Amino acid sequence: MATVFLQAEQIVTQDEFDLVDRAQRFLLLKDESVQIVVFGSVLMGMSCGLIGSYVVTRKLSLFGDTLSHAVLPGIAVGFIWSGEKNNISLLVGATIAGLLGISCLSILRKFTKVQDDSSLGIVLSAFYAVGICLLTRIQKVGYSDQSGLDSFMFGQASALSSDDLIGIIIVLLLISLFIVINYRELLISGFDPGFSRSIGIPTESLQYGLWALITFCVISSLQMVGVILASALLVIPAATASLLVKRMRSYLILACLLGAVAGLGGAFLSFLGERLPTGPLIVIVSGALFTVILFLHPQKGLLIKWIISRSENVRIARENSLKAAFQIIEGKSFEDTLISSQEMMRKRGMSSATIEGEIENLCKAGLASKALHQVSEIKLPRQTRFTLTPSGWEYACRIVRNHRLWELYLTNEAQYAPDHVHEDAEKIEHMIGEETVRQIERLLKNPRRDPHGKLIPSITDIQPVAISQET
Amino acid sequence: MNFFPVFDLNTIFLVPWSTDQLVQWNGQVILMGLLVCWTNGILGSFIVVRRMALMGDAISHGILPGLVISFLIFGSLEIGPMLIGACSAGLACSFCIEWLRSHTPIRQDASMAIVFTSFFAVGVTLINLQTDHLDLDTGCILYGEIGLTPLSPDLLFMGLNCGNRSICLMGTVCVFVLLIVSLSYRQLLLTSFDPTLAHSYGWPVKLIHLGLMFLLALSTVASMEAVGVILVVAMLVFPCVTASFFSERLPIILLITFPLGILYTFGGFHLAHWLDCSIAAAMAIAATIIFIIACALSPRGILLRLK
Repeated sequence: MATVFLQAEQIVTQDEFDLVDRAQRFLLLKDESVQIVVFGSVLMGMSCGLIGSYVVTRKLSLFGDTLSHAVLPGIAVGFIWSGEKNNISLLVGATIAGLLGISCLSILRKFTKVQDDSSLGIVLSAFYAVGICLLTRIQKVGYSDQSGLDSFMFGQASALSSDDLIGIIIVLLLISLFIVINYRELLISGFDPGFSRSIGIPTESLQYGLWALITFCVISSLQMVGVILASALLVIPAATASLLVKRMRSYLILACLLGAVAGLGGAFLSFLGERLPTGPLIVIVSGALFTVILFLHPQKGLLIKWIISRSENVRIARENSLKAAFQIIEGKSFEDTLISSQEMMRKRGMSSATIEGEIENLCKAGLASKALHQVSEIKLPRQTRFTLTPSGWEYACRIVRNHRLWELYLTNEAQYAPDHVHEDAEKIEHMIGEETVRQIERLLKNPRRDPHGKLIPSITDIQPVAISQET
Repeated sequence: MNFFPVFDLNTIFLVPWSTDQLVQWNGQVILMGLLVCWTNGILGSFIVVRRMALMGDAISHGILPGLVISFLIFGSLEIGPMLIGACSAGLACSFCIEWLRSHTPIRQDASMAIVFTSFFAVGVTLINLQTDHLDLDTGCILYGEIGLTPLSPDLLFMGLNCGNRSICLMGTVCVFVLLIVSLSYRQLLLTSFDPTLAHSYGWPVKLIHLGLMFLLALSTVASMEAVGVILVVAMLVFPCVTASFFSERLPIILLITFPLGILYTFGGFHLAHWLDCSIAAAMAIAATIIFIIACALSPRGILLRLK
């Protein structure tokens, strides 16, 4: 592995084909070190995604963070015990420390009134402090091979050995086995612990099993991502999956896949550059995946939602100004179709700038046209006058029709008082579909007057008047 | 070589104070420790009663990219740019957490874990990219080096030599925090325990929350040089939780944090002199030991309850 590393260093200094060359070497999995890192990060991402699904659904996210900090003294003690960077002793030490941390949490939870978040903070910082103390002590005492210990802080993927890979595989198998065997029990105990206890599922021991597996998962990923970021891999892929699916089975599969993708992406990116750390890059990739899905998901994405609601708002504003235009014309008993912005301002109670903007919008959509060089008896500056185009007139009629039909429907069929129906109709007029309108018409037997005695416009009696006026 | 050095009262307790030079050096270290403990203890009490103990952890991780980016922009390790960068990153971190919690189906714990680890990962990657011309020591950020406080350069403010830079900064932050907390004590108290009532009084609950987050970011940045990113949490959480074994009243808890800070600092200092390890870690260990004693023996502790 040392020789491979040297080659990598040499290639860096060569030329600008470096990037392509590196990508190629990565994609073809040429070197043994690349293979180990890629398989390691993908498999680790999978196991973190799987167990992370339970971490997120059971609100254990910060528990994972605490746990990953709490294994530090175990690593230090394991190092002191064996006197070198022996994987087995480090693993045993880390496991013991992790389990000790869990029991401290349980004791604090059971016997004291300390809040959960505070007890997490206490265990985290206490264990971490002991770990730092021991690590600085190790540096002072001066063991020969203590350099590798720093890698547990941020991880050092390039130093991943085949032994570490075997460890990751074993953890993945353990986790999958545990989930496959206990799938139903985990599901029930996770979402309704009281019920699961009552039907005889060993809820407590399942929980301890889960905690132990989280510990194993964190420890197996330490070499890759380090103490501080280990919890990120537990949480981020699973949280991303929770944005997409609702059923536990597909959730598990998706979280597992997302973890693998993040692992692969991080490994690839870190291989492109010279000093890029693998662990943080895996976290960044999964964070980026999370952000992309959060904003761009077809139905639930926040950006998509925002755009849709914006276009909805534009449509509703347009329909409201069309309706106001209809009412103004109606007020002049359909004789004058020329509408001034002054009239619109009075009708809608808005400033001139807003009204001008709305008229501009209507003209752009082809629903109205501005009257040029109008001869006005009142000389007002900045007075815009406009008429509705045939399509605009039809649209306006449709909206007013929706509004008045709904008012009539509420008074006749739902026994509303006539003075209570306006607010409701204001909202429904934009949403009600063509089909519902036809249904209501049939139900009310094609009415002509709304509850306030006004005309319900239909195409037959309004359109000819308007068009004849315009032409 | 023995892993634990011999426990010798003389070398541990008397030698650090034997000569004038040592007294001056260690005095500065102790002063820094006290300031860190007090500032974080007071703020931490409010954080803990709001059940956001790990928010300190999140913010302290989140400021890392701010530090690096402000260094890349201004190209120096001066206090001003560093403070601005770190504080804005800390506030951005807390804002992201709050936004994720309220605008998406993600729950609070998961949103915290997502945001601060991502911020931290960005920071670490940037540091790794810039190692050539970046003098930020990841070790220093992680563990802190309170023992080297006296080495930090003197602060020149308007031509006046104010003395040690780190202590000046920490002292200013400490005074600022104490001032704000004593001035707006009622508001902080009510918004912590009954935000709905505070809201019905017409108080700006969200603004007060944001202000507290700002103070938290400020004190985290100032104390990071001394105790490192992660042990800030210890200084935030331990005083309040330990004090809560003795009293349930917030004013008394706040008062108890002062003697606790003294105990932590001196305990940690001498523990570190015995073990020859990081002083910040030793302070956290002292805090842990005091917590365990209080937890076991206090009137509300485990032992008395079991009887």
